Amino acid sequence: MRHVALTVNGTRHELELEPRELLVYVLRERLGLTGTSVGCDTSSCGACTVLLNGESVKSCTLLGVQADGAQITTIEGLASDGELHPVQQAFHDNHALQCGFCTPGMVMAAVSLIEHGEATDEGAIRMGLEGNLCRCTGYHNIVLAVEQAAGVMGKAS
Amino acid sequence: MSATAEKTAYVGSPVKRREDRTLLTGRGTYVDNMTPVGTLSMVVVRSPFAHARVTSISLDAARASEGVVAAFSAADLQDDWKAAMPCAWPVTEDMKNPPHYPLTDVARYQGDGVAVVLAETRAQAKDAAELVEIDWEPLDAVVDVGKALEDGSSLAQPELGTNECYVWRLDTDATGQAIDDADVVVTRRYYQPRLIPNAIEPRAVLAVPGPAAEVTLYAATQIPHILRLLVAATLGMSETKLRVVAPDVGGGFGSKLDVYAEDLLAVALARRLGRPVKWTEERSENYVATIHGRDFVTEYTLAATKDGTITHCRARVTAAMGAYLQLVTPGIPLLGAWVYAGPYAIPNYSVEFTGVFTNTTPTDAYRGAGRPEATYVIERTMDALADELGMDRVELRRKNFITEFPATIGSGLTIDSGDYVASLDKLLEHLDLDSLRAEQTKRRENGDSRQLGVGFSTYNEMCGLAPSRILGAIRYAAGGWEQATIRYLPTGSVQVITGTSPHGQGHETSWAQIVADQLGCDIDAVEVLHGDTSVSHAGLDTYGSRSLPVGGVALCYAADKVIDKARQIVAHQLEVSADDLEYAGGTFTVKGSPDKEMTVAAAAWAAFAAHDLPDGMEPGLEATATYDPPNFSWPGGAHAAVVEVDTETGDARLVRYVAIDDVGTVVNPLIVDGQVHGGITQGISTALYEEGTYDENGSLLTANLVTYLVPSAAELPSYELDRTESKSPTNPLGVKGVGETGTIAAAPAVINAVLDAVSHLGVKDIQMPATPERVWRAIQEAKA
Repeated sequence: MRHVALTVNGTRHELELEPRELLVYVLRERLGLTGTSVGCDTSSCGACTVLLNGESVKSCTLLGVQADGAQITTIEGLASDGELHPVQQAFHDNHALQCGFCTPGMVMAAVSLIEHGEATDEGAIRMGLEGNLCRCTGYHNIVLAVEQAAGVMGKAS
Repeated sequence: MSATAEKTAYVGSPVKRREDRTLLTGRGTYVDNMTPVGTLSMVVVRSPFAHARVTSISLDAARASEGVVAAFSAADLQDDWKAAMPCAWPVTEDMKNPPHYPLTDVARYQGDGVAVVLAETRAQAKDAAELVEIDWEPLDAVVDVGKALEDGSSLAQPELGTNECYVWRLDTDATGQAIDDADVVVTRRYYQPRLIPNAIEPRAVLAVPGPAAEVTLYAATQIPHILRLLVAATLGMSETKLRVVAPDVGGGFGSKLDVYAEDLLAVALARRLGRPVKWTEERSENYVATIHGRDFVTEYTLAATKDGTITHCRARVTAAMGAYLQLVTPGIPLLGAWVYAGPYAIPNYSVEFTGVFTNTTPTDAYRGAGRPEATYVIERTMDALADELGMDRVELRRKNFITEFPATIGSGLTIDSGDYVASLDKLLEHLDLDSLRAEQTKRRENGDSRQLGVGFSTYNEMCGLAPSRILGAIRYAAGGWEQATIRYLPTGSVQVITGTSPHGQGHETSWAQIVADQLGCDIDAVEVLHGDTSVSHAGLDTYGSRSLPVGGVALCYAADKVIDKARQIVAHQLEVSADDLEYAGGTFTVKGSPDKEMTVAAAAWAAFAAHDLPDGMEPGLEATATYDPPNFSWPGGAHAAVVEVDTETGDARLVRYVAIDDVGTVVNPLIVDGQVHGGITQGISTALYEEGTYDENGSLLTANLVTYLVPSAAELPSYELDRTESKSPTNPLGVKGVGETGTIAAAPAVINAVLDAVSHLGVKDIQMPATPERVWRAIQEAKA
């Protein structure tokens, strides 16, 4: 067991972790933050994407112990005071989710893409979300949502 | 129908989904998110071989492993099963259905379960599963559906003495003319690869035992009602002791329309051990343990007169069943059996399906189920026939369209409505074909390495499963009705209970739209409940584009009953004849006395208080309707794909995709467009990217998301959608199904476009998926 300190959605947690525990299972099973989904076992689908020190990462590619000292934002930490984040709002406005299972990861990846100023046009958005799979929407409305959110966040181009 | 049926305040509007906020904030209730205190984690030990006998198995080391509570082999549990795993569609009287059970000691496909381990944590169960010691005797495997019926083939189920599961035929001979006597006869042979559905939420089940031998099964399923019936039957339980809950479910596409070994294991072991049992599939496990789709070899023939009038269609299909029959495995070809003439008026009709066992994961319903397989061969062969006749491909289609409705078609069914010409015309308006052809010609003349192609798919389909009598006639075990309850609460809020079970389709929103219009109330007053057999007592669930044309329509009939009862209450309270009441928008008015009125909501309060109801009337305002549709649902439309093919690398990329669909009345255009987007994407992906491949020993080579390409946003364009609207005359809403149209239409449009791009190089055929290697090789072979 290793002692690890994580700050998740602004709350600090001190945990004793097995070295082999993946960050995604630390979030889901230790902290009960089940909004972050597990969709694959090959780091292909991106459903488990979270922000780690502001960067989007697939939380199945990191061990919990590697996140020692990190600031993590999950889907549960995105809305504030009951107000949806502009990306969440844009997904709602554009019907950019159906079953919703990939959505937390897709939203977190989109937040990161926009904040890095990389959601500049359709092609850039499509390339920027390449690591996140959705089987329901065909991505059409996800692209529209990210375009809308980038505009709202003042990062459209 | 009630007077409000024509009112469209909500129906037709792009109402944003009420489901979204929960899902967008990470508060979905997917099965794996639930872990009651004391939950055991279950891991299934699976066969690495496609066909092998377990000669010895030892669970001792696994049982001794840290945290393990129990471990079982097939023999340990054989008395738990009161029946073999269910197949609900014995398509012929003599169909072979070898019994199979949740665990086996003779594996028939890679991934067949042979043991289970249950431990306090997932990690402990996985560790212990590694310690199960098994000696295997590998047996010969048969893998290739196209070769399984050859003499001397290995047998998937040697006890049967054959790999043939069944032969099913449908022939009509309207004109008496032999197919070979036609002016032009075109026959093509196609292979449609095995597809792996890949709902992004893998399957998961959680069985929670109660104190009185009852179990609640939380399942990532499309079919909570059917699952309750069949799990109870297979385990010899009373249905009253089993509650099935489908909470938030992360996509299905047919892959969660089944009764799986793990469903049965979880319930049986929760009862045995008296603790909750949870199993969550891993993605790589999903590739072998969850049903696959397609894997069809089809020889398809069209015959026509010299002027292009098609006289005959004939399909000879060899369909892979996999190693066993799952819930509706043998019926999948039949779901397309009546539409092998597509939207064309073809009098002479012949289909023959041969179901074949192979040592592969069982096949079953995957989006479109039988109809994409039909549309693909029709639309590919339409292009081939046009070329043979020297006719324009679009004009051949137009010339043969069914134009008068209702239309009784060659296969014997009746299409309720449609306008295929209108869809095609609208497609051509959007497409600007002349410019595309000019650009294509320019690139050809320049010898450009990026060639342009345009491909068409004009389609129809039958969905909305289905009239129960017809299902009975084709030997499906159950009916196709759907149930809805509408219940006024005392304050005027409305509870709607539906038998449909959405997993992304947005029924909570669109069902509320329908009911709010019918009852003339605010949409926010309407709550939609579903997916829990203790709340929704009867239903037949969500698959086959049935939810709206069956379950959505049931809402209208339930609303009618509510309004009828309210009318009696209002007449009594206002002291007028019920015949003198007019109903509109939730309010009854008295003919000739415009000052006298009463709302349905006020009648609901009166029905709750029950102080002054007509003599003999029961208190309360609620009604249940069970609707059995008189016909299937018949969407149709016209799609076109524009692709660029790099002739040096073989890479084919979509440039445009234009879809005109006719799904009757649109309840929520946002949701309908979303269904079409997703459906098209799976069709495009079938054409260009996805193929489940086994090696000759039956080992799955494409066994995860790295080796099996589910496309990302980067591979796809945005889509251009529009609609025509031929209302269905068979239901009061005029609606048709929409969940599968895109998948049915898209694959042939894309392949026809790829072939169009390289036809001038002499390429006539490319097998799906048109990978860069296949396209490149086709170009090289045509050159040689």
